[in-house]
Amino acid sequence: MSHIANMILKRIALGILTLFVVSLIIFLATELLPGNFAQEILGQSATPETVAALKRQLGLDQPMHVRYAGWLTDVLRGDFGESLANGMAVSDLIGRRLGNTLYLALYAAAIAVPLSLALGILAALLRNSFFDRFANASALTSISFPEFFVAYILIFLLAGAGGAFPSMANFRGDPSFGEYLYRAFLPALTLTLVVTAHMMRMTRAAIINLLASPYIEMAQLKGMNPMRVIVKHALPNALAPIINVIALNLAYLITGVVVVEVVFVYPGLGQLMVDSVAARDMPVVQGVALVFAAAYVFLNLAADVLATLSNPRLVHGR
Amino acid sequence: MGLFTGLFWLAVAIILGLAAGWIFRVAVVAASPRPIARELRTAPLTASFGMLVILIYIVVAVFAPLVAPFPETEVVGTEYQPWDDVHVLGTDNLGRDMLSRLIYAARNTVGIAFITTALAFILGVMTGLLAASVGGWVDQVLSRAVDVLMAIPALIFALLLLTIVGTSIVNMILVIALIDSTRVFRLARAVAMNIVVMDYVEAARLRGEGLLRLNIREILPNAMAPLVAEFGLRFCFVFLMISALSFLGLGIQPPTADWGSMVKDNATLISFGDITPLLPAGAIALLTVCVNFVVDWQLHRASGLKE
Amino acid sequence: MSSLTGSPASAGVSRRSVLKGATALGTAALVTPWGTPVRAQPKRGGTLRVGMAHGSTTDAMDPGSWEADFMIFQAHTRNNYLTEIAADGSLVPELAESWEASPDAKVWTFKIREGVDYHSGHRLVAEDVIASIDHHRGDDSTSAAKPIVADVVDMKADGMNVIVTLANGNADFPFVLSDYHLPILPAKDGMIDPETRDGCGPFRIVDLEFGVGARYERHDGYWKSGLPYIDAIEQFVIHDDAARQNALISGEVNYIDTVDLNTVSLLGRAAGIEILSVTGTQHYGLPMDTRAAPFDNVHVRLALKYAINRQQLVDTILNGYGSLGNDHPIGPGARFFNTDLPQKELDPDMSKFHLKQAGLDSLSVDIHLADAAFAGAIDAGVLFSESAASAGINLNVVREPNDGYWSNVWMQKPFVGTYWGGRPTEDWMFATAYAEGVPWNETYWSHDRFNELLISARSELDENLRREMYFEMQQIVSDEGGIIIPMFAAYVGAYSDALVKPDQVASNWRNDGHRIGERWWFA
Repeated sequence: MSHIANMILKRIALGILTLFVVSLIIFLATELLPGNFAQEILGQSATPETVAALKRQLGLDQPMHVRYAGWLTDVLRGDFGESLANGMAVSDLIGRRLGNTLYLALYAAAIAVPLSLALGILAALLRNSFFDRFANASALTSISFPEFFVAYILIFLLAGAGGAFPSMANFRGDPSFGEYLYRAFLPALTLTLVVTAHMMRMTRAAIINLLASPYIEMAQLKGMNPMRVIVKHALPNALAPIINVIALNLAYLITGVVVVEVVFVYPGLGQLMVDSVAARDMPVVQGVALVFAAAYVFLNLAADVLATLSNPRLVHGR
Repeated sequence: MGLFTGLFWLAVAIILGLAAGWIFRVAVVAASPRPIARELRTAPLTASFGMLVILIYIVVAVFAPLVAPFPETEVVGTEYQPWDDVHVLGTDNLGRDMLSRLIYAARNTVGIAFITTALAFILGVMTGLLAASVGGWVDQVLSRAVDVLMAIPALIFALLLLTIVGTSIVNMILVIALIDSTRVFRLARAVAMNIVVMDYVEAARLRGEGLLRLNIREILPNAMAPLVAEFGLRFCFVFLMISALSFLGLGIQPPTADWGSMVKDNATLISFGDITPLLPAGAIALLTVCVNFVVDWQLHRASGLKE
Repeated sequence: MSSLTGSPASAGVSRRSVLKGATALGTAALVTPWGTPVRAQPKRGGTLRVGMAHGSTTDAMDPGSWEADFMIFQAHTRNNYLTEIAADGSLVPELAESWEASPDAKVWTFKIREGVDYHSGHRLVAEDVIASIDHHRGDDSTSAAKPIVADVVDMKADGMNVIVTLANGNADFPFVLSDYHLPILPAKDGMIDPETRDGCGPFRIVDLEFGVGARYERHDGYWKSGLPYIDAIEQFVIHDDAARQNALISGEVNYIDTVDLNTVSLLGRAAGIEILSVTGTQHYGLPMDTRAAPFDNVHVRLALKYAINRQQLVDTILNGYGSLGNDHPIGPGARFFNTDLPQKELDPDMSKFHLKQAGLDSLSVDIHLADAAFAGAIDAGVLFSESAASAGINLNVVREPNDGYWSNVWMQKPFVGTYWGGRPTEDWMFATAYAEGVPWNETYWSHDRFNELLISARSELDENLRREMYFEMQQIVSDEGGIIIPMFAAYVGAYSDALVKPDQVASNWRNDGHRIGERWWFA
């Protein structure tokens, strides 16, 4: 087991390094964006005088490296700063929305992961059958529609006048858990349709990939039930790539869903990020980028640990 | 009732599609030289249908000016004209002929998507194979760099970069290719890692084969199957990326027609049951499905699974 | 479907009634002081749920930073101002009961209303008014309203009177005080707290999250007796056009402030939905940098002005919800709208003639647009380039990102797009964007005769002379100015027929002058 602990420690160290580089890249990119916070926030009504005054007040007239160093030392002390726009603490701003984002990601994953595993296993079992091709074609069709368009179609079919579900994820007044599931159903379903295909195809491919191996042929020759062969013998060895693709899709559900947030008026992190980029509100941009990067790093680490655990040869090292 | 009618037409479409695929396979097999014909005969109907559709898309894209009834950008009627004899699919929000724009969009969109994906693969596969075959610090540096790039959400990263460099078509191709190549890198490296430890690669190394030769002769051919599969999916992600960017206000320069932006421009109509935005979306979906049908066939051949 | 079109009363207010605010009350016998026409008693009660297109997580409480409609709506829901633009476009008293000017219009005395309570229970005093305006003045001010109060040199309180001294005479000063950046907020030690959520308007804030939404409840101690009719307001930010329309159709909101014009006719057909369309001062324009070649040549500008098909733009981009523009910013509803000026139309021959005058055979220029400039700007550019081709002009549309449009493209590139919500007076509009050297002179235009007229019209007392001057100024801007203004765009929203709108809807801003909360009620 110490082998795994070792690996986790090493990966955490690398993860922190990754976060640092990400913050540097995001900072530089935001600096390179044309315009600055003072201009963007004043918009069409900016005048050179008010822009200068605003920059002075917020310390934006200092050179770039000074501002980055200042931000970094604050973060190392656990202080993520305040929004330039409205003075709210970045940790508060993010905290509230991070909950919403995780909620939706878990909700969608809870539907999508079992669904795609089941479909993938079935498709592998019934490979090249009509079911296989139909499931494959439907899944491909659903991912080749832009997310917002899938959302519109679902709203048209399931919400709208007299529809069963709300088209807007309105969480005013602390809804109960059941109420929450109901109100966030359409965004979760949209995301399910978006991520299922990828996971399903990978499950199918990973299993089929193993079917030519001698030990599977052996099991088949023994006259084992094909379903048993796949679930008992192929699946465990195919887990590593499947876990990997699930982790990637979970990361996507947390970090990449701004479009779905916009359509369903869902107050998540993506919208906060896009708004803050538009306003060049650096502390918020940095904060959200760090959360996104951390989610990615963590999920990858978790996937690797799980993949290792699923393979006894790797657990014990060499 | 509507559901049953829908299912009926879906079944009719599938049957017609497969029939077209069969006729196409017969025709191509008859027209091809013997070795190719032998391969083609093994193609399942889905793959034949896929090849037929891809061929049609290519023809339409290449001969767009000859096929399209009206010019790409000219305003030829009032906005949102219904389908009639002159404007077969009606007109768009500015009064341009919808069919003609769809046809020109095939040229623009498929061209852009192909170039972007190809660039992403060249970059990603080259670096991926390099990392796997050289290993050591080269692998570490490349892998960590890719980790960093992948930790930034793709859409937001694209938004940032395109805002910095401007949204010309060339910039868009380069930015999306760069972001996509990180995903390709991961896959290529993972696949190649399993190959470099094989005995025949060891043997080739001992024979003194150079790095380039080793990669091209020994590693790449054996890594081809999963890479091709990935190509099929990545290809359609480019349309989606362009469409999502257009949703966030950055897209292809007007008045160039492309499917991603056309879905966005007409998308609100779907709320009222108007199927216009389904046309470009369907065009993307059909191509994606067909490309992947062909890819699946190739994968199946490569997997060596005989059934 | 049903729709209605309102426009500001063409008569507006006479100069004298502005100069002496109290008389406005005397002459308008049938109008209550806050401008709502008297009619069958509206019912009280109900929660108004509003879906708004503009609002961002980077919005802020500071009145100087207000820009998006979300905050402007909140401003009029939570706050009161010294003066108010009534639904008919006239200026009526709000927190200032009456006002009086010195003969040179330099010294203004405002009598502040007594017995007005804030949501917090504080009582309005004259010092609040001074502090509220002071917040936007001074070197350290970062307020967007800084330029409009720049002329204020001194303010002092005298009991419940506030005496304001201006550097230059301005007969329209009471109009300026209705600007949405200038709400009256409670002062402490001569300063307002810009972060305060207090106010003395019809509703108090119960809950607020920037970029998401807000909830308001009726201010029981509101001084306008009987108002507001509505009990509570919920405000939602819904950026996406389709999502906003869906929310209205499914009944999750009962009013949306912006409708996608592509599908407005389909929305109007939906059961129980009414379209609200108001044409006022909002206009879309294509400004050219008059210092940069080739736009420094007035004939090149005219060639372009004759190469645009305005009717097509109104029909296509606005779907008919608007009116033709004539390359000057004064709308047909304004007091001194020039009715004699011939309407410019697409005229390729005229365009070619002016090109020849400029010594050119052909012209090839780039126009830099983004939908941030105005909804449909890129499409408008595409249509413009199609019509310009008929005049031998090669107009190339460059799509710029929405992000950063106002800082990197507008007033930076030589030929761009812009929109103006408009200003309630001719002087304010011209002085904001057409006077020489002002920060928002987006065409960098300078015209001696125009600048001269602008100054003298501001302090001219004779209505007829003033009209003549404004007529000439409109003609100068139209023929020699640097901006193409092809259309005046209506504010188009939609509401559920559970809501009742008053007979007249204000056209100075969206949402009944953003005062829908105190002017509308439920059936």
